[in-house]
Amino acid sequence: MINKSLKELAQALAAKQISSVELSTLFLDRIERLNPDINAFVTVDREKTLAMARAADARIAAGTAGPLTGIPIAQKDIFCAEGWTTTCGSKMLANFVSPYDATVIRKMHSEAGMVSLGKTNMDEFAMGSSNETSFFGQVKNPWDRTRVPGGSSGGSAAAVAARLAPAATGTDTGGSIRQPAALCNLTGLKPTYGVVSRYGMIAFASSLDQGGPMAASAEDCALLLNTMVGFDERDSTSLDRPAEDYARDLDKPLNGLRIGLPKEFFGEGCDAEVMAAVRAAIAEYEKLGATCVEVSLPNSHLSVPAYYVIAPAEASSNLSRFDGVRYGYRAPDYGNLDDMYMKTRAQGFGAEVKRRILIGAYVLSHGYYDAYYLQAQRIRRLIANDFVEAFKSCDVIMGPTSPSTAFKLGEKAADPVQMYLSDIYTIAVNLAGLPGMSIPCGFVGGLPVGLQLVGNYFAESQLLNVAHRYQQATDWHARRPGMID
Amino acid sequence: MSLTLEQVKRIAHLARIEISDDEALTTQGHLNGIFQLIEQMQAVDTTGVEPMAHAQDVSQRLREDAVTEVDRRAAYQAVAPETEAGLYLVPKVIE
Repeated sequence: MINKSLKELAQALAAKQISSVELSTLFLDRIERLNPDINAFVTVDREKTLAMARAADARIAAGTAGPLTGIPIAQKDIFCAEGWTTTCGSKMLANFVSPYDATVIRKMHSEAGMVSLGKTNMDEFAMGSSNETSFFGQVKNPWDRTRVPGGSSGGSAAAVAARLAPAATGTDTGGSIRQPAALCNLTGLKPTYGVVSRYGMIAFASSLDQGGPMAASAEDCALLLNTMVGFDERDSTSLDRPAEDYARDLDKPLNGLRIGLPKEFFGEGCDAEVMAAVRAAIAEYEKLGATCVEVSLPNSHLSVPAYYVIAPAEASSNLSRFDGVRYGYRAPDYGNLDDMYMKTRAQGFGAEVKRRILIGAYVLSHGYYDAYYLQAQRIRRLIANDFVEAFKSCDVIMGPTSPSTAFKLGEKAADPVQMYLSDIYTIAVNLAGLPGMSIPCGFVGGLPVGLQLVGNYFAESQLLNVAHRYQQATDWHARRPGMID
Repeated sequence: MSLTLEQVKRIAHLARIEISDDEALTTQGHLNGIFQLIEQMQAVDTTGVEPMAHAQDVSQRLREDAVTEVDRRAAYQAVAPETEAGLYLVPKVIE
């Protein structure tokens, strides 16, 4: 049961082979047994979960169930959920019980009837690529517990990989869905910016943040995405678009698909064996009827520098709300108001979050704004234009998701720049606002490799189709780590 | 470009984050490493390129000036560190 797809689970629920309470209990028991080794969940609340499961069972019995009613899911702890502790991986919010639901949570609970198993660990305020910046400790990669699961959605990735949950939500500002998906052998999708509401999703860099699904297959991701999207007047950048079924094109043949291979993604900087797995996947696509064309993203090497101006600038503004007044941590001892702010923020934020706030404060400060912030925004335009140009000759862009497989815990923790460069292939996609995926495409030394797919704006259905057809022809995505009994 | 220790302390003050001398020194090293990476941007001529603030070219929506929210003050204040009579308490700011 734990390895079944969402569609199979939905069928089992509809056929009354299993109830949502039984299914949820199965996963809750696994969490209780295995989470101490992996640290994927930071909050589990059996009673709340079972109450949702009972409500789902009632909907199923009444014949008012939707396609995913009763299916358990893990929620990244960046999404506010009413009555649930919502920490964002930070001491600052360690005791914050959200008084409201994020739109994604509301849609999954109230509309879809899904059942939340708990909140998953993450890099503090989603700032990290290894999950090591979490206040709640490292998450272990289920494929090798001496290695990182990736980040920032590392807890969600580890939870699904270890089958502590059938699927999870994630968020992606610079690669935080795709990179952990790659490192944990999952399928993850970052939608086009504006498709999934950001309301109640604790803000890191608002012009880049986007929520999305993480699961075992493209089909699972399509079904989850159907529950997550939609216009939301509470999100000022939410896009008002006609509804679509993201699973509608899954089975379309790939004959004539033009795959763009950016020469910049196939040069130096990527582990040779990772590259070999990516090339083998592309050869598989050619067998499925696709053709390859070389494209160029000539400014892609500037994506990491531009990102580390834009994202910290937005973060320094967003995180100014954590001042010890309206919610979250307040320092126990302080003098005047300024001292209260200074001590609260010094004690409540971890080292990486402070670093990014300081970078942001600097690049936005008088005398540096033009040289850094505006220059970064101009480069962002060049990077986005490169994609526009590339999509004139191809339908989907492919390359590696991450330049290496999962690295050792602690390996890059002391060197921020090395950590930042692990997102070298994913960041440009956020800057442009395009949809991107990572899908499993092989193993190096027993560790998973991810293939990145980038689509044009609003091409989620096509990306899911391209991913699904590959998953019909290969079984990389169906492999499970040895720790699963 | 490299940041001086004084600049690091000044930014920390702007960001309202207390920083010890030891922390400032470590932070200085890390920030200068990061700015070395960022400096690659300066080699690019971006004359005439329109800055891109957002992925979608949409303008701010307007709505009717009408009450759409219900009063949930008690629920929102329940998560505050210190409140009294519906107010958020902070150290005295007016003598």
